[in-house]
Amino acid sequence: MSMLSTTPSQENSGSGSNQQNREITFGQAIREALAEEMRRNPKVFIMGEDVAEAGTPFKVLAGLVDEFGPARVIDSPISEAGITGLGVGAAMTGMHPVIDIMFGDFIGLAMDQIVNQAAKVHYMSGGKLNVPLVVRTTLGASRRSAAQHSQSLHAWVSHIPGLKVALPSTPYDAKGLLKTAIRDDNPVIFFEDKMMYQLKGLVPEGDYTIPFGVADIKRSGSDISIIATSSMVQVALEAAEILGKSGISAEVIDPRTTFPLDKQTLIESAKKTSRAIVIDEGYERYGVTAEIASVIAEGAFYYLDAPVKRMGAMDVPIPFSPVLEDLTVPTATSVVELARTLCGQS
Amino acid sequence: MVHSETSNSVENMGGASSADQSKQWLHMYEQMLKIRVFEEHVNVLYLSAKMPGLAHLYTGEEAVAVGVCEALHRDDFITSTHRGHGHCLAKGASIDRMFAELLGKEAGYCRGKGGSMHIADQETGNLGANAIVGGSAALATGAAMSSKMQSTNQVTVCFFGDGALGQGVLYEAMNMASLWKLPIIYVCENNMYNEYTHFSETTAGEINARPKAFGIHTEEVDGQDVKAVYTAAQRLVEQARRGEGPAFLLCNTYRYHGHHVGDIQRSYYRSKEEEQLWMTQRDPLELLSSWLVEQHLADKETLEKIERRVYAEIEAGVEFALQASYPDPGEVDQDVYA
Repeated sequence: MSMLSTTPSQENSGSGSNQQNREITFGQAIREALAEEMRRNPKVFIMGEDVAEAGTPFKVLAGLVDEFGPARVIDSPISEAGITGLGVGAAMTGMHPVIDIMFGDFIGLAMDQIVNQAAKVHYMSGGKLNVPLVVRTTLGASRRSAAQHSQSLHAWVSHIPGLKVALPSTPYDAKGLLKTAIRDDNPVIFFEDKMMYQLKGLVPEGDYTIPFGVADIKRSGSDISIIATSSMVQVALEAAEILGKSGISAEVIDPRTTFPLDKQTLIESAKKTSRAIVIDEGYERYGVTAEIASVIAEGAFYYLDAPVKRMGAMDVPIPFSPVLEDLTVPTATSVVELARTLCGQS
Repeated sequence: MVHSETSNSVENMGGASSADQSKQWLHMYEQMLKIRVFEEHVNVLYLSAKMPGLAHLYTGEEAVAVGVCEALHRDDFITSTHRGHGHCLAKGASIDRMFAELLGKEAGYCRGKGGSMHIADQETGNLGANAIVGGSAALATGAAMSSKMQSTNQVTVCFFGDGALGQGVLYEAMNMASLWKLPIIYVCENNMYNEYTHFSETTAGEINARPKAFGIHTEEVDGQDVKAVYTAAQRLVEQARRGEGPAFLLCNTYRYHGHHVGDIQRSYYRSKEEEQLWMTQRDPLELLSSWLVEQHLADKETLEKIERRVYAEIEAGVEFALQASYPDPGEVDQDVYA
């Protein structure tokens, strides 16, 4: 299965051919998805800290309260566990809450509600109760925010059966995946890279969705596969550009959801190129890179010319000092270096 | 012993005739007895190795579940705890499907996937028992929020024990319930022990001061007196239904058995004398039945008839569950996702 869509026409388009592509930011795409879904379904509401008039510190939700009012864009106390749990209960009883957890680091506070409640209600009830809940949160370092505001913790929730995890890397994917998340009958944890909110890209006006579990080939290539998620997709594309100049054709693939994971597309790419690097901004050890690398190693073993390599965040608490922080995250330079080694160029 | 703030109000149940009253109290007696006998059978099933896992018996606390649930409509919501069989039954769950769930059978409420600590029954508004202490506080509050947002006029009851008073999420949830005037009753069943530790060793200050600090209307009742529990619950539920916001109902009660069935040697945390005192002087079934006889609302024969009926129903439920089939192995990865 390789539905390799980078253009809207290949996705599930709701309202026909008269959709206009415009260039908007990642943050605007998120806001647009929320607004459209709230118009479409009166059961959808937003709850979180400073989501209403403030529109969050990232201003991603700015203006939504004006259209939907404070009863549907609800400023909450600073109670991550509480608001996530309220979201679970509301979801179990007919609503479609979108809970805003400002920094991904704060999901630690909400973990019991996510892992022991949201993820298990459907199974434990023998399939009778559903939790159509979305928890939006952020990931990504390099904002000089230090160890408690910089982590990428999506591996934690990707580990838990019952949860789905989406992490878009472009404005187009952000809108389509968020709409899918809101319409899903399961709890979805949705990670947005804080550094990407200003990233611009073409996004259609109006309705379209992107199915979960379908990877997207962001750039085709034949010598090496670079599997990258969220914040690392831009890094991988930059690296691919540089590699191209020295005659290495890199394929960049974004799984877009860590669960469900489009194993087939990743394996097919590795079979084609015979080499693979997996890049993800979560901590490297026991991380998303390890899972994806094992998928490729198992699925493409006899086609590989080199071991599958992984690049994650350095296994340290994220330091504050810019000089130190920048060392913890994979960069285009470090990806290029590793790719050259794998391709026998160094 | 703590007394209800509203003593004697049950004798005037909104002008109901004495026949109606008698019928209602007898119904509550039957519900409490059902829980008592259900738990007796759980104990036997567990000790004879027919029931796997853990069993936390509700015996001794029956008046709380019944008094509260009798004040609710069928579509009102409850959330329950690891000691939850009583809440499920009081809200109207069927005995055979409960036993089937306890034995891990497919006919159980959760197709055998939840077990004793996770029974949920949408049809009776039971959003599920929760085996994380305090784990349902936020869920219940979210259900109340949902009812308010959808104007359904439903009320939610969140049952929890004194142990949950140690969980922070309870206070996050109560704060929001009070801020947003949500239709929820927090029912704290203080059976005096957080597992194997007396609550006074774990709970600073006054329990009632905690909800009051959030501006939540708070009442305390004798949890062994179903009349007191029912009267208070009825009033609080109707307040919540009228949009007057949340309430906290502290019910002082006692569990006759250990924390779980295997908790046999209890002398290091509570005395045999204390247990005997509650069982002989404060038994909720005994208190209600002797009151019914004293008031000439029922005679011994009527009570015996109820007892026979309850035993027959429970025994049939056990038999149903024992005969029921286990889930097909193919079920194991079904319903992970909706």
